[in-house]
Amino acid sequence: MKPAAFSYHRPETISDALALLAEHGDVGKIIAGGQSLVPSMNFRLARPETLIDMNAIAEIAGIEDRGDTLVIGAMTRHAAFHTPVCDGPTGAMLTRVVGNIAHYPIRQRGTFGGSLCHADPASEWCLVAATFDAAMEIHGQDGMREVGAADFFKGTFTTAVGGDELLARIHLPKLPEGWGTGFYEFSRRRGDFALAMAVAALKVEGGKIADARLGVGAVAAHGLRLETLEQALTGQPATEETIAEVAAQVPGLVKPSGDIHGSAEYRRDLAQAVVRRALNAALADCAVPA
Amino acid sequence: MTWVGRTLPRLEDPTLLKGGGRFTADLKAGAWAVKFVRSPEAAGTIVEVERPDEGIVFTAEDLDAAGVGSIQAVLDRPDYRRVPHPVLARDRVVFAGQAVALVVAPTEAEAEDLAEQVFVDIDTEDAVTSIEAALAEGARDVHPEAPGNVMVEGVMRTPGVDAAFDAAACVVELDLSSARQSAMPMETRGGVADYDPATGRVTLYASVQMPHMLRTGLADVLGIDEGDLRVVAPDVGGGFGQKMSLFPEYVALVWTAFRLRRKVAWIEDRRENFLSASHARDQQFTVRGAFDAEGRLLAVDADLRSNVGAFSCYPVTCGVEPLMAFAELPGPYDFAEYGVRSRGVTTNLSMMAPYRGVARPMLTLSMEQLMDAAAEKLDLDPVEIRRRNLITSFPHTSPTGLVYDEASYLEAMEAAVTSADIPGFRERQAAALAEGRYLGLGLSVFSERTGYGTPAFAARKMQIVPGYETVDCEMGPSGQVTLRIGASPHGQGLKTALAQLLADQLGVAPERIRVISGDTDASPYGWGTFASRSMVISGGASKIASGQLADKLRAIAGVLLEVDPSGVELKDGLALATGTNKSLSIAEVARAAHHQSHRFEGMAPGLKEQAFYDPSGTFSNAAHVCEVELDPETCGVRITRFLVVEDAGRLINPMIVDGQIAGGVAQGIATALYEELVFDEFGTMLTTSLADYLPPTAAEIPDIEIIHMETISPQTVTEAKGVGEGGTIGAPAAVLSALNDALRPFGTRITSMPATPDRIAAALRAARTAAAEAEA
Amino acid sequence: MTETTTVTFTLNGEERSLTLEPRQNLADTIRDTCGLTGTHVGCEHGVCGACTVLMDGKAVRSCLTFAVQAQGAEIETVESLADGDTLHPLQQAFWELHGLQCGFCTPGFLMLAAGALRENPDMSDDEMRDLLSSNLCRCTGYQNIVKAARQAAEVMRGERAEA
Repeated sequence: MKPAAFSYHRPETISDALALLAEHGDVGKIIAGGQSLVPSMNFRLARPETLIDMNAIAEIAGIEDRGDTLVIGAMTRHAAFHTPVCDGPTGAMLTRVVGNIAHYPIRQRGTFGGSLCHADPASEWCLVAATFDAAMEIHGQDGMREVGAADFFKGTFTTAVGGDELLARIHLPKLPEGWGTGFYEFSRRRGDFALAMAVAALKVEGGKIADARLGVGAVAAHGLRLETLEQALTGQPATEETIAEVAAQVPGLVKPSGDIHGSAEYRRDLAQAVVRRALNAALADCAVPA
Repeated sequence: MTWVGRTLPRLEDPTLLKGGGRFTADLKAGAWAVKFVRSPEAAGTIVEVERPDEGIVFTAEDLDAAGVGSIQAVLDRPDYRRVPHPVLARDRVVFAGQAVALVVAPTEAEAEDLAEQVFVDIDTEDAVTSIEAALAEGARDVHPEAPGNVMVEGVMRTPGVDAAFDAAACVVELDLSSARQSAMPMETRGGVADYDPATGRVTLYASVQMPHMLRTGLADVLGIDEGDLRVVAPDVGGGFGQKMSLFPEYVALVWTAFRLRRKVAWIEDRRENFLSASHARDQQFTVRGAFDAEGRLLAVDADLRSNVGAFSCYPVTCGVEPLMAFAELPGPYDFAEYGVRSRGVTTNLSMMAPYRGVARPMLTLSMEQLMDAAAEKLDLDPVEIRRRNLITSFPHTSPTGLVYDEASYLEAMEAAVTSADIPGFRERQAAALAEGRYLGLGLSVFSERTGYGTPAFAARKMQIVPGYETVDCEMGPSGQVTLRIGASPHGQGLKTALAQLLADQLGVAPERIRVISGDTDASPYGWGTFASRSMVISGGASKIASGQLADKLRAIAGVLLEVDPSGVELKDGLALATGTNKSLSIAEVARAAHHQSHRFEGMAPGLKEQAFYDPSGTFSNAAHVCEVELDPETCGVRITRFLVVEDAGRLINPMIVDGQIAGGVAQGIATALYEELVFDEFGTMLTTSLADYLPPTAAEIPDIEIIHMETISPQTVTEAKGVGEGGTIGAPAAVLSALNDALRPFGTRITSMPATPDRIAAALRAARTAAAEAEA
Repeated sequence: MTETTTVTFTLNGEERSLTLEPRQNLADTIRDTCGLTGTHVGCEHGVCGACTVLMDGKAVRSCLTFAVQAQGAEIETVESLADGDTLHPLQQAFWELHGLQCGFCTPGFLMLAAGALRENPDMSDDEMRDLLSSNLCRCTGYQNIVKAARQAAEVMRGERAEA
């Protein structure tokens, strides 16, 4: 299981990387953390002729807290989120989520931006980006453009990033204080790809759900924000009964495909369970005094 | 205090901990890489193998031209169908992953580049992959030699089976199955074949459990003298049975080293290991049990099918699963009437070969599920029904003629039941159910036939009859001890355990004892390490040989100390004349034995003894208790407690025994809940990575509580019984029993392993549908 | 032979300058090019963890990093743990508590725990079990690995005397 031969480049700036991408066209491939790409190269399922390594580009690593938005450099390692990267519900949520991404050594190398560009249907970060409407900062020869999550994810392993472009930063809107968040994932073994997962955020005022964010993952081509259910929750009593009723609508909204780890039928039912549990966790989180 | 019975940290470990182990791939410096080109199709005729213009490529044509034969595993039974196993596929392919050609290049990456340029054109046929498909009316024959796709079949029926079923107060029938699995050792298969121009010999370093047998098999297939070949098993990264068999890859590798007159290495990759190394389990058992009104088992009638894949493994043959199932199904239960038909079914999948436990995880599941189902039907406590049926007097002869030596089936179960606090569990279970949580408790009781020598293998009609072990035990002039064994340990800690055994016999510290194994130039002919045999058989031979050596030491010391040998005690490095203050160091005695041999009349010079041991076998036994919590929404199953009461006779090193049990239980849990090789309708494997084939991690495996009993049997000279497989044998039955207990409120049960969330969800959906229909 | 490139990194404190193909992964480089065979290769797709080493102090899969990517990095392998005949607390605990059988997965588990404990010496028992679920072992059933890593962490924190 040795990869096919390739040439290797290690640019130190975005512009050098873009120049290399322009030069190597279709046969070039960006490597970020490499934790998904390298296995597929070792199996010779992916065989880029040129690898352009993002690891030396300092300007796209690290996180900047801009108050209402978290700007996450694409090369930020998953492990950076092991402890909260900012105060408030978003920092806590990201820490809750990151523990479900593969395993510790993978999280030391794997990157936030790499996950988004790989766009695995079971990617936790893709689900977070979709649910909280992150904006992706994509750089190309013609400059920079921002693409919202709704337009970024095109399908399984497919995004809006063009062959001569790179994802530089992710702008994640932060939840204001007062929101509670929850995440629930079910996988066969610890660290495996999710069979279904959900992320939820609730704002409760006067015993009622004042606002909601909800997304479900691993049961469609990419993570889905469930806006109709967010609306269904809003204004309802902040109770587990409300949540159960709303979650019962999930099977009608997802069309998972079956694979060797679970039939479509099972995963549709599972989606309901993970949504309910993520919402219940968010509700419980609301009740915790800050 | 004796060394036997002590928890001594293993002598093997410091080197391994420092990264100083020498595994096969660590020995490949300077070797060219061999890579196999494998069939992408499960069945078909080879139209052509297109070779690239450049590069070293060999196919069956080259092997045929050199007179290389096929691997022939033979059982002398009329029902056995002999199918030769070609080294490289010739004319036809019979499973996806079968080696068709091999390439050689300076590095592994370049060998893979070259292998990609070899095109195998195959005219495909429909693949036969499942037991049902292979046995279906009009099924295509996988091999012309095995019409009807049955490679081996054992049948017996005691005269009173039908009468017992007619008279029974309660009959239960179950269809049980286990998915295809891989033993999946952490180190894959692999070999380094080194040609020595000075002698013309090839040394094969290979990750194997049976080096001597491998050499015999290689020499036979290559048509060479065994003297031209040396086989060495260096450090081996786990085997679990997968490294017992002679695989075609080793024949091809050694042939290539002779052909190219250079060092070549084949280090299997993980994908190849799933595709092409031997598989295991994949059985369907239909079992019926006849019980009287008191729950006593009167008769069992069983139809057992094992998917043995495309070939018969050498040397133990494809009879290993079906014939063990045939002979050992009755397990620890006392009943007289037994009918059985057990078939080895051939299919277009990689061959089945032993994996820890062999048929016993499934036959234990069968007997235990029969007990649970009958208990439910007769409204008996599951413990009580077992109490009424376990064997309690010894020796006991089973319906198939197996003689069981002294064991503690009932006592072990009672100890397990007491420790498990079943009444307390039932209270917790009821309280949990009231909160909508589903707990379950399951029990399994079983026998494990271990340490069996030639009589057991001869009874299977194997042409090659393994079983005995020989050891050479030698003390050098410095008093250092070398024990050369034919067994081939690979992680079991056998060297430490044998050193403890010898230390007591010879009065020297275990650190002074060097155990040499796994080298056909340096260890006596033997059968390697498998079938929970090494401590019993190699240990037995070691005890006998070291006893002989101790006798000689005492005789020489008697001359030197001028006392009768019977008055010499060997202890703490000294030969002591009891009742006097006279003593010599054992090193002084050893030196005299070598350098003053003229003084010892009637004795051969030096200190070297050989002994063999060939026992008929001894039964270990255990009871497992498992508690689970089922999440009926995610259908995840969490094991919350796992208790083992084990009786493996005398414990030589309790820590090592516990390690064997815990590791075995983990593999049993894997069988019950996680691991499954999946194929599509074309026979293409869908689980060729560790993201799809799911060995459990530290997060899934609970801590295992272990309680020991020590029944001493005269059938083993060390008083130790085998303990290598028990964990794997008993755990699946306990887990499934616990899961089915948790499922009881839903009115459904799981009978297929692994019990994946998907299977549990399907059972729950079916139960809901049935309940809804019943209401309507 | 395809195109080669040069890379310089530190391996167990010693600087290594190597010329190799970009496709050569770090695990094979440590083993075959540098001759340190304590790092094992079990799956080549990042799941089993037998090849875990420290790269700039972090436990990573050396089969999922190309050697050229280690330019300027500090790499530590199992061979660096013991101080001569004095075992590292992790090695000592694995020995005492029977945390290994065949020993193939062991270097990966040792480096995994060594790296994680460097980052967080105060790991809870649950965090330790979760961490150790990163790697596969086929022999032990894990409980002695978990026990040994917890005991070593106590020794390293000074809460427990070395045996």
